[in-house]
Amino acid sequence: MCLAIPALIVEKEGSWAKADIGGVVREINLDLVDRPAGIGDYVLVHAGFAIRRLDKEDAEETLKLMREVFK
Amino acid sequence: MKFASEFRDRKLVEVIARNISRAAIRHWTLMEFCGTHTVSIFRNGLKTLLPESLNLISGPGCPVCVTSRADIDRILALCDVPAAIIATYGDMIKVPGSSMNLGERRARGADVRVVYSSFDALELARKHPDRKVFFIGIGFETTAPSTAVAVLRAAETGLENFHVLSLHKLTPPVIGALLKDGTEVDGFICPGHVCAIIGAKPLEPVAREWGKPCVVAGFEPGDVLQAILMLVRQLEAGESRVDIEYARGVSYEGNANALRVMDRVFDTSASEWRGLGAVDRTGLVLKSEFADFDASPFIGKEIEPVPDPPGCRCGDVLRGRISPLECPLFRKVCTPEKPVGPCMVSSEGSCATYYQYAGAASG
Repeated sequence: MCLAIPALIVEKEGSWAKADIGGVVREINLDLVDRPAGIGDYVLVHAGFAIRRLDKEDAEETLKLMREVFK
Repeated sequence: MKFASEFRDRKLVEVIARNISRAAIRHWTLMEFCGTHTVSIFRNGLKTLLPESLNLISGPGCPVCVTSRADIDRILALCDVPAAIIATYGDMIKVPGSSMNLGERRARGADVRVVYSSFDALELARKHPDRKVFFIGIGFETTAPSTAVAVLRAAETGLENFHVLSLHKLTPPVIGALLKDGTEVDGFICPGHVCAIIGAKPLEPVAREWGKPCVVAGFEPGDVLQAILMLVRQLEAGESRVDIEYARGVSYEGNANALRVMDRVFDTSASEWRGLGAVDRTGLVLKSEFADFDASPFIGKEIEPVPDPPGCRCGDVLRGRISPLECPLFRKVCTPEKPVGPCMVSSEGSCATYYQYAGAASG
C-alpha cells in the first residue's frame, strides 16, 4: 500500500498538476509535496498526491555509492 | 534520470550482491518491515542472490493485513447507515470481517466505491449532498497526510456529509513493540515511503535503544540490495545507527509540509494490530475540533473484538515468527481466491507474495 512512483510533471495549475507516470498522464495534487515542484520536475506520487520532489543530485549520489563498491 | 530504471540495472544489482556475499561473515536475520519491499524481494528474485548466512523475514508493514477483524466489522456497520456511500481503497474489499467482507456486503446492496485518492472521496461527497460519504482512512504515515488534507478541505468548504473512519497506523513505535514482543531480528530494512513523510529520525530509538541498525531503503532491486549491504556492514562492524539508502526519496527530518498537515488533523491513540493486539500511540484519530468529520459516531453498535479464524497464523506471520510456508492453511485452505486471513488478501501481504513467487525463490 505504500507504493509511490516517480512521475514527471507536464502541466501545472495551482495545487494541481498533470504528471506522466510511465506513459500515462494523470492528475495529481501538490498540497503535500515537500518542496516547490513545477513543470519538468519529477515527484513521487502516492494515492494521487505528490509527496516528494525528486532531485537528480540525490539519485546520482546513491548510484555513485552503489558503484563505489565495485572497486 | 528516470529515478527508477537506473536502480534496476542488472550489472549493478549483481555487483552489489557480490559485495554482500563478501561483507557477510556471520549469520544475520534482517526484517523488511514493508510489504512493498517483500514484493520487490520476491518479484526480483533477490533472495537467490544472497548468501545463505542472511535470513530475510517479512514484517507487519501491510496496512490491510494488520487491520483487525473488528475494524472490518466497523466498516461493515457503516454500510448499514441510511444513504451511506463507503469510499475505500481497493485493497480493503476482500479482507474478511467476522461474517463477510466488503465485497460481499456490496453484493447484498451496500454502496461501496473504490477510490484512488482521498480527494475522489471528497468529490463523491460533493456530488451526492443527500448521501453520507464514509472514507476509510487506511495506511501508514505515507497515506495518512492525504486523509488529513481531505479533512482540512472538507472543513474549509463546509462539506458536512464527508466522514473519515481513521484506521491509520504509525510505524516506528510498532517496531519497538515487535522487539518488546521478542521478535528475533538483527536489523531492519526500513520503509522508504513512510520515511519520505516522517524522515529517518523517528527510527533513532530502534538503533540507539534497541541496538538494531536501521537502513531506510528504496524499492528498486538495487536499492533493496544496497540497503542490505549497508546493514551487513554495520552489523559486522558492531555498529547500530540509522542510515538512508533511499536518499532521493527521504531526508533525515522528513516532509515538514505533510507532517504539519497530519499534526493539524490527527491525535495519536492506541491502535489494535492484528497479531500484536493494542499498541499504545500507534493509531491516529481525528482531533476533537474535526469531530464532525469523524465516522466513528455513526457506528450504531458496540463492536466486539473478534479472534482470528481457527488455524490462521497471520498474527505469527506479521510478527516475523513464522514464514507463510509454515502456516498449515497456506496454499491448502488459504489462497488468494479464497483467503482465510488478510496476509493472503492484500497483493502486498506476505502470504499472497509467497503464494505468487515462492516456487521460484522459497523463503
